[in-house]
Amino acid sequence: MLIFIQRLKKSFGDNKVLKGIDLEIEKGQVVVLIGPSGSGKTTFLRCLNVLEVPDEGKIAIGGQTMDFSKKVHPKAIAEFRRLTGMVFQGYNLFPHMTSLGNVMEGPVTVKKESREEAAAKAEYFLAKVGLGDKLEAYPFQLSGGQQQRVGIARALAMEPNVMLFDEPTSALDPELVGDVLKVMKDLAEEGMTMIVVTHEMRFAREVADKVIFMDGGVIVESGAPDKLFTKPEKERTKQFLSMIQ
Amino acid sequence: MYLNSITIDPDRIARLADIAGSSLQPLLKGAIFYTIPLAMITFACGLILAVITALARLSAKKIWRMAARFYVSAIRGTPLLVQLFILFYGLPTIGVVIDPWPSAIIGFSLNIGAYGSEIIRAAILSIPKGQWEAGYSIGLTYRQALVRIVLPQAARVSLPPLSNTFISLVKDTSLASLILVTEMFRKAQEIATTNYEFLLLYSEAALIYWVICFFLSILQSRLENRLDQYVSR
Repeated sequence: MLIFIQRLKKSFGDNKVLKGIDLEIEKGQVVVLIGPSGSGKTTFLRCLNVLEVPDEGKIAIGGQTMDFSKKVHPKAIAEFRRLTGMVFQGYNLFPHMTSLGNVMEGPVTVKKESREEAAAKAEYFLAKVGLGDKLEAYPFQLSGGQQQRVGIARALAMEPNVMLFDEPTSALDPELVGDVLKVMKDLAEEGMTMIVVTHEMRFAREVADKVIFMDGGVIVESGAPDKLFTKPEKERTKQFLSMIQ
Repeated sequence: MYLNSITIDPDRIARLADIAGSSLQPLLKGAIFYTIPLAMITFACGLILAVITALARLSAKKIWRMAARFYVSAIRGTPLLVQLFILFYGLPTIGVVIDPWPSAIIGFSLNIGAYGSEIIRAAILSIPKGQWEAGYSIGLTYRQALVRIVLPQAARVSLPPLSNTFISLVKDTSLASLILVTEMFRKAQEIATTNYEFLLLYSEAALIYWVICFFLSILQSRLENRLDQYVSR
């Protein structure tokens, strides 16, 4: 078991966003989270990266456990974050750095790798996402799809145990979505463990090992994509799927 | 009004030209050895103070926020000239004697620190939250995200208002003449008291301030262009 999540809870003020999430993910699995807006799927993903600190519950990734019932130290959070790579809806590239600079930042500053080593690694990952010819480009010189692929390379460069994608294609023009999904599909085929929040149902059908339907801060139903999409058990799931298809 | 005194004879013009010429060198010396270094040193010290104060204002710890607020309020709420007088003429009465030059550096630095902190605080707040999060997500600590990601971007945002502050500072250094720093304006005063050509000497000093500030504005736009290289406009 690579990832083990137990009774994860998170509130913002009176608003209970996550009401106790339990989930186990095997190494190499691709898990797609779907659900209506406000269902808590993005918050859940952000909790795994500890960008939101959960109020209660445990997260274990690759043998390292964070218990949020106790007070957690910022240093421990920073360490724990290195186990996960995050890809944001709005890319969030560093505008003052080139593609290469963006991808090198983690290895150089966090892992203390030498600049040569980090640059070689960054070049490798940028080539992998199809941007080997954009090493010196600044974010503003790139299309949304290219920026998002730099974002993926930046996360990969930290060599995380699991990649988290928070609606990675939602901000993109339709014709640019394909390139990003292709990169994600390739990653999945190479055996990367991935948790993806997305509205791309075709991607979920084709790539996911497991689809999870969340609503109201709980996991309503989960299963293999062909089962969940064709024969959902819960009424709420049926409703949601009929609305989006 | 004694308008008849305006009539100017050729001899007077020759005398004025002579004084203007001979006073130029001491005034420029005052500018180069006192006014400009004073402005640069205090701006550098003030900027460090400003960043620290801005971070204190944004701190999660209430005590830091309170201390920073108090400092900014005290400095912004009292006249610069009064602060300089307290430092130089006031403190000796309780046995703390500070020379003119260090008094000026302390006084002006405290001022830049207070005003600059508000500029830097606003600039830091203007950087989208996603930038911090992207930094954290690759494992950066607060300090690393601040230094590597946020401050470089905040620097670009704060450049125009900070340039404004620096240009004001260059002119405000003339107040140091009142605590006996022999900067350019004090030189002008000293020369004027020997020949009574106040209009000429004060105008000459004003012109030199103007020229300095003119070059500073050029420097500012160059710097802005350089920092603009990664921003599409």
